[in-house]
Amino acid sequence: MLFRVFDQGELPILFSALTARHEVIGPVEAGVDRHGKPFYAFEPATDFRALRLAYTTTKLPAKRYFLPCREDLATFRTSGSDWSKTVEYNVDRPRVFFGLHACDINALNKLDKVLTGGDYPMPWYAAKRRNMFIVGVDCEPQPSCFCRSMGADTALSGFDLFLTGIGDRYFAEILSNNAYNLLRGIRAVEPGEEEHVLYRRAVAEKTRKYTARVDTTDLTKILDMEFESPVWKSWGEKCLSCGSCAAVCPTCYCYGVEETVDIDLSVARKTKTLYSCNLVDFAQVAGGHNFRPESHSRLKYRYYHKHRGFVEAYEESLCTGCGRCGETCLAGINVPDVIASVRGEGGA
Amino acid sequence: MTRERTPDMEIPFVDVAGSPFRPPRRNDFAAFEYTYKAEVTRVHTLTAMETLYEIQLLDPEERRRFSFSPGQFVMLEVPGIGEAPFSISSSPLRRGAVELCIRKAGSLTTYLTKVPRGIRVGIRGPFGTAFPMERMHGENVLLIAGGLGLAPLRSAICYVQENRSRFQAVDIVYGAKEPSQLLFSYMYEAWRQDDIDLSIIVEKAGPLWKGPRGLITKRLKEILADRDHAECARNMYAIVCGPPVMFQYVCDQLNVYGIPMQKMFVSLERRMHCGMGKCCRCNVGSTYTCLKGPVFDYWTVLNLPEAI
Ligand SMILES: Cc1cc2nc3c(=O)[nH]c(=O)nc-3n(C[C@H](O)[C@H](O)[C@H](O)COP(=O)(O)OP(=O)(O)OC[C@H]3O[C@@H](n4cnc5c(N)ncnc54)[C@H](O)[C@@H]3O)c2cc1C
Ligand code: SF4
Ligand code: SF4
Ligand code: FES
Repeated sequence: MLFRVFDQGELPILFSALTARHEVIGPVEAGVDRHGKPFYAFEPATDFRALRLAYTTTKLPAKRYFLPCREDLATFRTSGSDWSKTVEYNVDRPRVFFGLHACDINALNKLDKVLTGGDYPMPWYAAKRRNMFIVGVDCEPQPSCFCRSMGADTALSGFDLFLTGIGDRYFAEILSNNAYNLLRGIRAVEPGEEEHVLYRRAVAEKTRKYTARVDTTDLTKILDMEFESPVWKSWGEKCLSCGSCAAVCPTCYCYGVEETVDIDLSVARKTKTLYSCNLVDFAQVAGGHNFRPESHSRLKYRYYHKHRGFVEAYEESLCTGCGRCGETCLAGINVPDVIASVRGEGGA
Repeated sequence: MTRERTPDMEIPFVDVAGSPFRPPRRNDFAAFEYTYKAEVTRVHTLTAMETLYEIQLLDPEERRRFSFSPGQFVMLEVPGIGEAPFSISSSPLRRGAVELCIRKAGSLTTYLTKVPRGIRVGIRGPFGTAFPMERMHGENVLLIAGGLGLAPLRSAICYVQENRSRFQAVDIVYGAKEPSQLLFSYMYEAWRQDDIDLSIIVEKAGPLWKGPRGLITKRLKEILADRDHAECARNMYAIVCGPPVMFQYVCDQLNVYGIPMQKMFVSLERRMHCGMGKCCRCNVGSTYTCLKGPVFDYWTVLNLPEAI
């Protein structure tokens, strides 16, 4: 990995070099909540002053830019009983993501494992992912953040450039040739021992600020043992089966497919819609049988997929610890509490 | 789609794999939505609810390439109407064509009952695991189906017929609710002629029904009662297809008669929207039914929480 250090005043130059040619998505203020605190969203940005690089976790992840809620997988032109099928990957330009936190970069890395791997890489995702340029920024742990427990508090790959504030300068990690060239457009120097110390200090200070924790020791085994645990039932009683947790989760990718015919009857579409395993008919099959009819069995499945199945397959969990699902859930269901209760620590 | 490279520094170029209609290759983007265009060439009404469709790929080159094994399934697509998974019911020797035995259950399946022969459909696949027929060579085979479970099992039966000399005793036990629901009745004579012992048992029947009545387990007991358990353990394989409730009763009973669970194979049904391990709809616990299944050995099934 290559490193550079530059003054914070250089950042707008870097930003405008990117906006000059490309669509840039970054964190902007999207409103204020009922406590008068601002909340943020990833939106296209053209003005550096609109960016809020010191933002706290956005309500919604950047998912809609690479896993849109609804997306056409294919269109069909029909004539009589014959048809032809066209598959579009729905990418026509590269996109810059300016200011992703480490957890959201790790979310992409996790999605990469399942969506771009195996015998059938998913082209709609892979094509968008290939055409991303990512500038990461460091962050301030919030009370709901438990990314450190999930090993997602630092990003080791999956970005082009990562910026950590050290005083009035940035410590930049460079992972791509594109980022290297980009930094040549500003005044950036190689860091020395002094900057290394400052960087380590900044990271140590961040690490001290985490309050939420999840104990993942032996978690896959414990989840198997506690499959019938009554705590699932009590969480299930609270769950509204609304699916919001999956909608705000940067790593939830499950979907359904449906086919429709356009009004003029000559075009049909096959559309993919992101789904949530908490919704009641997620596992319902023909004949009306539902493999997970109760809300607790669906909620449990969501945790199993993320904290057990994915770990078994990829040796990491499908949760970055961003805390979005817990912040959004009207029933107050959040990962640290659920896992603690399954481990028999603290009540449900 | 723009394929222009950005001239200097900055960003990746738009790098999207080109034509979507290339032959499927491993790790090829185009494999994901690759559809074989096919035609419904024969429609055969089996019962009031089930119809057998013969579907042939149109492209001669694709016909040569398309092959499957008993137990696998395909995704059948009618543009604008829907797409759903169906087990292949026909012989694996027939290249480029499949028979699907489809029960009317919803929008796509109802549409299919109304269409004339000759419509164009799409086939994706074949997907999933298969019954390990070759491992069963030289052994006794017990083929057990309840209701629509005969659809996937029929492909295995075709295999057995075509390779009859490679198997020892072959028994089919097929159970249905009532005689009017029996599938593939025109095949029974041919199976018997191939020295396959076929027993059919129905739960309810009018006075015209001469055969046995009751559940599959009753018939199984009669068949297995006079066999030596150690013998069964050594040289008996079983394939069990049917509704989930059936697996437990039947497989537990088979186990009592000595057949090891690793030698019993079942086919699980789950909701499926991709067939390729991406949509997650088919997960049992954390196992993808479309990739690791639908055919599992019963020991694996017992180890999957929520499988049955
Ligand atoms: C591996 C496998 C093999 C199968 N083999 C056969 C077979 O040989 N013969 C046969 O008749 N049926 C088979 N099925 C069931 C078949 O997929 C459903 O009957 C079909 O999906 C119903 O589609 P539809 O459009 O008519 O129903 P819809 O109108 O879409 O829905 C009707 C009902 O079907 C359920 N459903 C919808 N989509 C799916 C789906 N993708 N998978 C499962 N259930 C769904 C819905 O929950 C709903 O209750 C198989 C299913 C699987 C998973
Ligand atoms: S856990 Fe919360 S957000 Fe998720 S479905 Fe249940 S009530 Fe909705
Ligand atoms: S499960 Fe919750 S905490 Fe984990 S990545 Fe998803 S939204 Fe974030
Ligand atoms: S059918 Fe989509 S993951 Fe198995």
